[in-house]
Amino acid sequence: MDGLRVQGLGNALFGPIDLAVGTGERVFLSGPSGCGKSLLLRAIADLDPHRGEVWLDDAPRSRLPAPLWRRRVGLLPAESAWWGESVGEHLPAAHPPLDEWLSALGFGPEVLDWSVARLSTGERQRLALLRLLAQSPRALLLDEATANLDPQNCARVEGLIEDYRAAHHTPVLWVSHDPAQRRRLGDRRLSIRDGRLEPEDIDPS
Amino acid sequence: MTLISLTPLDLSLAAVLILLLAWVSWRLRLGVERRVLVAALRSAIQLSLIGLVLKVLFAQSSLSLIAPVALVMLAVAGWEVMQRQRRRYRGPWGYGIGAVSMFLSSFGVTFLALTLVIGVDPWYQPQYLIPLLGMLLGNTMNGIAIALDNLTRHAWEARARIEARLLAGADWGEAIGEVRREAIRSGLIPIINSMASAGLVSLPGMMTGQVLAGSPPLEAARYQILIMFLIAGGTGLGSIFAVWAGSRRLFDDRQRLRLDRLKARPRGG
Repeated sequence: MDGLRVQGLGNALFGPIDLAVGTGERVFLSGPSGCGKSLLLRAIADLDPHRGEVWLDDAPRSRLPAPLWRRRVGLLPAESAWWGESVGEHLPAAHPPLDEWLSALGFGPEVLDWSVARLSTGERQRLALLRLLAQSPRALLLDEATANLDPQNCARVEGLIEDYRAAHHTPVLWVSHDPAQRRRLGDRRLSIRDGRLEPEDIDPS
Repeated sequence: MTLISLTPLDLSLAAVLILLLAWVSWRLRLGVERRVLVAALRSAIQLSLIGLVLKVLFAQSSLSLIAPVALVMLAVAGWEVMQRQRRRYRGPWGYGIGAVSMFLSSFGVTFLALTLVIGVDPWYQPQYLIPLLGMLLGNTMNGIAIALDNLTRHAWEARARIEARLLAGADWGEAIGEVRREAIRSGLIPIINSMASAGLVSLPGMMTGQVLAGSPPLEAARYQILIMFLIAGGTGLGSIFAVWAGSRRLFDDRQRLRLDRLKARPRGG
């Protein structure tokens, strides 16, 4: 089966969790803070010790070197961290249509020379998505990708993610606190309760 | 020039300085008078004891007596390195990384110096081995303690940046590379500084001792240069090994950053 498949994933706080996200499918995750949404994404990206197995396009994670796996299942953390001085240093040398993506996010090409220290929180968040897409991930794990953005930039980020997903049939697992966003974009909506996945409650309103 | 022997009376006169210091501490309410006296007493007892031990060792020149003394020195140095870590490795690693690094660097460099440079016969002749090993252990201990402390503290602080690099597909070595280089640099700074200022600002302890004991100054200077080079080499190798082993231990077989393998120091300071 193509797409992202999670089996028996768990640690002391959550799980075991089974989940399949098909190619091009958008699955939204919600739940109270501290319920383990971010930990689930970290576990899929293999950042913390845990049980279980994950497949991406039929390749089991345990058979792939960890760096290659992490490059493929692109995780966008809620807070981006930057290790170099300038924005451009963080991007791989041979990259996809970078200028196109930059303008989709509302930046000009000169942003690559900007110093990371001078970026605003919102600029960092948008550029973190750019950095992630530049590593050509085959799945997207998004943790609050638009949390600190104004409506215009939120629409830009959503638009770029949609374009990427449509072009590469990327499975998307998206943690979001915004019910309207989940309804607007979600093919399926799940929430984590007591460490388990269940369908998100139908909104009473 | 003959060696003027120090009598207990001479030492008592010097001890007046310590008593004076303790008195000042008491008058100014610095609160360290007790520690000054205890530390002075300890140094007197420890040094007299090691003098006795060396007297026996020098008379025998037997490897089966020298080896235990050398191992005790290593064990204490390993303990000291561990005590100076604000975030220690859990389990045997907390002691092991420092002790193994010091063993490899200090014992290795001392052995090479005794056999290849000085050409002592037999190589374990204690008059040369014990002081050399002591100088090397004391200095590599400093370098390794600083380098390891720097490594674990900065890895802790740079967690988000290290994980961001892992997520971008870097392997563990690239992800912690900057932290690792900084840690090794920090371990080397003290010996680089003391090499640069040797002779201009301070006369190193060993050379001072030799000159006081009646060696010709040029001879003493040559020995001091040798010691400096050995210390620099030993500290460098030891720090590099300790930081390499320590940073490897911060990652597991799936190259995850495992800061849970460190623990915070139980009490502050």
